[in-house]
Formats: sequence, structure tokens, C-alpha cells
Amino acid sequence: MADQALDGAAPRPLLSLRNVNMTFGGVKALKNVSFEVLPGEVHCLAGENGSGKSTLIKVITGVYKPEAGAVIDYDGQSYSHMSPVTAQASGIQVIWQDLALFPEMTVAENIAFQTVIGRWPRLVNYAEMRRVAINALQRLGVAFDVDLALHHFPIAQRQIVAIARALVGEAKLVFMDEPTASLTQSETDYLLDIVRNLSASGVAVVFVSHRLAEVLEISSRVTVLRDGALVGVYPTKGLTQSRITELMTGKTFDYSVLHRDLSRSPAMLEVERLSRPGEFEDVSLTVRRGETLGITGLLGAGRTELALTLFGMRKPKSGSVVLDGKTVRFGSNRDAIAAGVAYLSEDRLSLGLIQPQAIADNMVIASLDKVLSGGFISSDRKRSLVNRWIRDLGVRIGKQDDAISTLSGGNQQRVAIAKWLATDPKLLILDAPTVGVDVGARAGIFEIVSKLADSGLAIILISDEVPEVYFNADRVLQMAQGRIVGEFTPGATTLQAIEEAVYA
Amino acid sequence: MRRFVRSHATELALLAVIAVICVFLSFATDRFFTLGNAFDLLNTSSVNIIFAVGLLVVLIAGGIDISFAVAASVVQYLTATVLGWIGGGNWIVGFIIAGVLGVALGCINAFLIHGFRIISIVATISTFNIFFGLLMFFTGGVSIYNLPDWLTTRVVLFEREMADGTWAEITLPVLIMAICVFATWALITRTTTGRQLYAFGDNPEGARRFGVNIGAMQFIAFGWLGLMAGIAGLVQAHYAQEVVPNALYGRELDVLAAVVLGGARLGGGKGSVLGCILGVLLVSITQNGLNLMGVSPFAFKMIVGAIILAAITLSNTSIERLVPFLKSRRVHS
Repeated sequence: MADQALDGAAPRPLLSLRNVNMTFGGVKALKNVSFEVLPGEVHCLAGENGSGKSTLIKVITGVYKPEAGAVIDYDGQSYSHMSPVTAQASGIQVIWQDLALFPEMTVAENIAFQTVIGRWPRLVNYAEMRRVAINALQRLGVAFDVDLALHHFPIAQRQIVAIARALVGEAKLVFMDEPTASLTQSETDYLLDIVRNLSASGVAVVFVSHRLAEVLEISSRVTVLRDGALVGVYPTKGLTQSRITELMTGKTFDYSVLHRDLSRSPAMLEVERLSRPGEFEDVSLTVRRGETLGITGLLGAGRTELALTLFGMRKPKSGSVVLDGKTVRFGSNRDAIAAGVAYLSEDRLSLGLIQPQAIADNMVIASLDKVLSGGFISSDRKRSLVNRWIRDLGVRIGKQDDAISTLSGGNQQRVAIAKWLATDPKLLILDAPTVGVDVGARAGIFEIVSKLADSGLAIILISDEVPEVYFNADRVLQMAQGRIVGEFTPGATTLQAIEEAVYA
Repeated sequence: MRRFVRSHATELALLAVIAVICVFLSFATDRFFTLGNAFDLLNTSSVNIIFAVGLLVVLIAGGIDISFAVAASVVQYLTATVLGWIGGGNWIVGFIIAGVLGVALGCINAFLIHGFRIISIVATISTFNIFFGLLMFFTGGVSIYNLPDWLTTRVVLFEREMADGTWAEITLPVLIMAICVFATWALITRTTTGRQLYAFGDNPEGARRFGVNIGAMQFIAFGWLGLMAGIAGLVQAHYAQEVVPNALYGRELDVLAAVVLGGARLGGGKGSVLGCILGVLLVSITQNGLNLMGVSPFAFKMIVGAIILAAITLSNTSIERLVPFLKSRRVHS
């Protein structure tokens, strides 16, 4: 995997970094990293969490000062380090993952907020703001109602607003940190088109994403980092998802479909003609003990709504649900939990875990009755329960009392799974369990899922990434517009065939 | 039109509630729908509206203040005392003293919140107790009745004799209120500082990354509320023609309820001067109407509470659900 030579007839780089070193508290976050961006190219920065991607971005944008010896050549000038002011003034813009927008303010104000910044108060020039905003949106080839408050717009369009805002500062180099993390497939396609427009107009884009399919689709080159060191720079042409994964993790993953014989396993969940008009219609499915049923389809196909209904949070209009031989009707999710259904929420960050609370408290929150002693929470029982799950699921933590927010995405997800396993479920529903989780950590999570299935749990795995269900489920159902429109058996059907059906 | 409805949903809902109450009161009492009563309402609501627009600025910036009403009492008392020392003064001197003292007390809150990173509700509950405790301790609860003549003389700006021989009057507090309302409106919607306040309340981290001066925002917001509280304190002393140390105690919650009713969000980034005024007016119209209908004053609080609850529920319910024709339109490029 030697670095590929990319000189030859290549144009002069817009940005070129050499000998960048950063140390935090004795840990080398960046080891002699070099990085190069050509004018107008789309360049992907790939690496797992902790590989040094964000540190590198922060060095380039002037948030961190690299150790002595670093050389930053940008747009014909040479710097030993950047400052946020120079970076912005010279056209380096970052679109943060959290966007840093103002939802209650209008689109125009969000885009042209720069015009109200300044040392001394002035009158606001709303006409100028609108002009600036409309101009920036035009450069992206879109037209929004700029006088409407931003919170009326879906997340994908807010993303566009954030990009438009970056353009107001005469950007030459734009960093996008996980811009598609909360977008659906069609929204992502839309965003990628915008990125292409941007690149065509001469703005270089550095794209950071966990979704490797996008990386392959959008970029011309990929720089891979691992453990703070440069692995190499590769032209995207010729790369595959599994190749990038190997480069990022340094490990080879075995991609093979499951082959479990479940024909004699009894059904754990039988859903008969379940409907909630407007969300899903006439859904029938069976999950056996020890089986993992994958459900895929575009976002908005009714997958999450179906899951929430099985979890008792929404009431079906018609149809029946039989769990472990008994017909069930849940009045609330408390009933569902008591009956043995666990639901791992799609949005782990805001709904699934209580971020500022301790790891231990998060793990027992759904099963408090198991740690009671004489009506009060027993810290001994809590500790032993938590220790057991930390061991079984291989969660890497500092102390049980550390806040959840101190953990990486993959470890947070393990805690979230542990939380539900502590309730002794019969049916575990995993809704997009790998959003925001590293490739390496994903494999770990699916190892757990596979073990759980082997122990007799019935599992429903929901994901809009077809390969995820293909390699980790025994059967795959495809949903579209609230209906189940296809059933596939991985191995018998090719991955490509399912992907074509889903994205058709 | 639809855009207007969407972005002014709270104000429109409040207007609707006020209209319903007004129609009802016009039929239920013969005195409600008269010019004299309308002017009375304005005269009596002025102090609360001045407080309300001040508090609005703090709420927009993402803070909350419990101490402003007792701060106004402190300002009243100190201003009256200082005016006594300098031997009288006039309206301009009075406003300068009250304004400076009010801003100073507001800045104490801003200093605690910004300097020591104390959350605003805790900081201002503390200063609420400290201000009020100091005031009661040093005054012994004694009121001041001996105010300068200019301060206790009613100033009528507009009057008209009605058919029944009564006089409908607009007095000075209404003018001062109008100036405060205009100044606050200009500050928050027309100046760059005002937009920074909104942005800071909406997303503090986003504003910080843009280079908004966070400390300045706290001092401007709490300083402005202090200024308004100082002015309101002096106007209230003028209106009541006396300074009673605990006269404004408890007013903070009435004003807070009215401002939140007017669409300001606890948490920042949202709220308008118009909504604020409507919020205060809804409460005073209700009280006024109950008065005219001869309802026992003991029942007032209960009924006002119920109306606030009803109005909040109505304005929280998504406007699309109340006005279905809006639903058809989705925001799209």
C-alpha cells in the first residue's frame, strides 16, 4: 500500500501541509502528517474516530497551533501556524457537524450573519443581507424563501444554508465535517450535487464522512489517517469500500453472509396485517427465535414508525401482534418493555442515552427494578449488573461513573445496547445502530448482535445502508411507502440486486 | 399572507383571544367599551409594559431575571432619597438617576452570570433576595410619601370629555411607555447588537464561533432590563404618588408570565415587542373586565391564571392544526 505518486501534470496545490505534529497530554495526536489539497478538488479525509481528522482540520483552521517545524503553504503564502482570523480572512471555511446555525432567525440572517458582526453597533441593513444571502444561494444553484425562519426548513436544507454561509466569506477551501450524518439518501444526493457545483466553481472541498459510499462517489482523492499518522493518499478511482476500511483500520474484515438454519426455530414475533394509515399499511412479518430480520428502504419508508408501533409508542389502527405465542396490545412502551420488547433508538445522541449522566446510570435506566433492594437503588447490585454488561459487550470505559459523553460513538452504542439487554428482552429492535459509529466499531457491534441472536433473541435490524442488513441479517425485508415490497435472502440474492431494488 | 401567519402565530393567537374577551366584556358590561376605559387600561398597564420589554431583551438573549421588580423598588427608594438631598430636581434629573441606578443593578446580575458562570435564574434569585433584603433592612419597611411635587403631579397629555361627563385621559406614563417600547423595538430589530442578542440566545456556541462578544451580550441585555426597571420604578412612584418598599414585590412573576405569553421563549432567541405588549394587555384587560363585572377580587388570580394557561396552550398548538389551509404548503426550494 505504498503512497501513490500524484505529481506529474498536477496543478500547484492550494494547501500543502508538511511535518505537522501535535501532542495532547503526552499522546501524539498527529505524527508527522502531511496533507495536500488541489484548487477546486473534492478531497476526502478518511479515518476512524481518534485518527486525527478533526485535529488536522483544527490545525488548518487555526484552532490548534502545531509543534515547531510544521510548514503550512496556503495560496502562495507560507505559515508556521494559522490563526482563526487569518484562516477565515484567507478563505478557509469550516462547516461544523452541528452547523452552528440560528434556527429562530431567517435564512437571510443565517447566511449573511457576518454583516451584523462588528465592533460597534450599527443599523441592520436587511436589504443588503437579503442580497448577500440570495447571491450565495444562487451560487449553489438553489433558491429558498430567505425571509422565513430557519426552523421551518428540514435538516438537509439547513445544511445548504450552512454551506451558503461559508460562501459569503469568499471561501476557497471549505471543510465539511460529517455533512451527511443526519441526511436521508435523497437529501444526501442533493448535497453531493451542491458539492459538485462548488467544486466546479473553483472552491476546494475537504469532505469528512463515515459513509464510505459517499466518499467514493464524490471525491477525486482520499487521504487516510490512522492513529494520528498518514496512511496514504489515494486516487478514488479504483478504491472500494472494503479497501478504504482496511486502510482506515489496518484490519481485514470478513464479509460473508450469515448461514444459520432457523427452519425449526419457533416464531418469536408474528405481525399480521398491521396498519397505521399514513405511516405503514398491511405489514405482515415473522421473526424467529435466534433470527435477525433486516428491514431496509429509504428514509420515510415507514421503518421507524413500524418499529415504534411494535415498541408500543404508537397504536396500530388495525392488525395483530403476537409475541412469544401471546397476542399483545401495548398501551405504552412500558407495557412493551414489560412484555420483552427493546428498542434501540435511531437517534442515540438525543433520545437513546442521557449524555451528561454516568455510564452506570444509563445502563440500568430501563431496568431499575432489577437493581432495587428494599425499594431503593442498591449501588452494589447496580455495580455488578453494569460490570457484567461491560464485560460481555466489551465496552471500553474509564470509570462507571464517567459521563456517557466521554465515550466514543461505538462505545456509546454498546452502552445503549447493554441498557436494553438488562431488561431481558425477547425481541430487540435496532434502528440504524451504526449511525455515527466508526467502521471498525461497527464490526464489533454486529459481532454482539450475532451472539445475541445465537443466544435465542429475535432481532429486527433497521438500516438504510443495504450492505449492513445484507451481511448481518438472515432475511431482508424491503419497505417502500409504508409497505413491505420485497423479501430477500442474502446469499440467494446479490447485494447489488437488493440495492437496485431499494434505490430504484 | 401565509408567511406572515406562520411567523406571527403567537401574536395572532393572542390577538384572537383578546378580541374574544373584548367582545364578551363589551356585552357583559356597559362600561368596558368606552374610550375612558381604554385609556385607563393604557395608563395602568404602562409600568408593566416597560418592565416587559426590558425582560424581553433578557429572555431573547437566553437569560431570565427574577430580580428586576425589587431592583425597581430599590431604584425608587434611592432616587427619592437622592432627589431629597439635591432638593427636588426635575423629570430629566429623575430619569438620569433612576436609569443609572437601574443599569448598575442590572450589571451586577450580568457580572455574576458572566464573571462566575452562574446560571441566570440562580444568580437573579440571589440578587432578588439581596436587593429586597437590603431594602427592607435599611428602610425598616417605611414608605416615602414626601416626594417632590413634579413627581406626584399628574401630567395629562390628552383629554376629552365624554357624554356622561367623565374625562378620558392619557397621562405621562403612556408616553414614557411608548418611548421605551419604541427604543426596545429599535434595539432588537434594527441594530446589529439586537441581532447578535437574538443569535446569542438562539445558539450561544454558534454566536461565539462568529466572534460575537458573549460578555457584552450579557451586560447589554441585563443593563437594558436594568434601565427599563429603573424607568418603570420612577413611573410607578409617579403613578402611585408614594414609594412603598414592597409595592413591586411579586410583580416579576406577573411580568414574566405576560412576556412568555407574548411568545418569548425561556431559552432564548425568540420573542417580539408586539407579543410582549399583547401579553401584558391580555392580563390587564382580563383584570379590568373582572373588576367591571363586579367579580370578587379574591377570584382574580385564579381566573387570570386560567386565562394565561389557555392562551399559552393555544399559541403552543401548532398553527397548522388550528388553521388547516396552511398545511398544504410545504417549505421547499
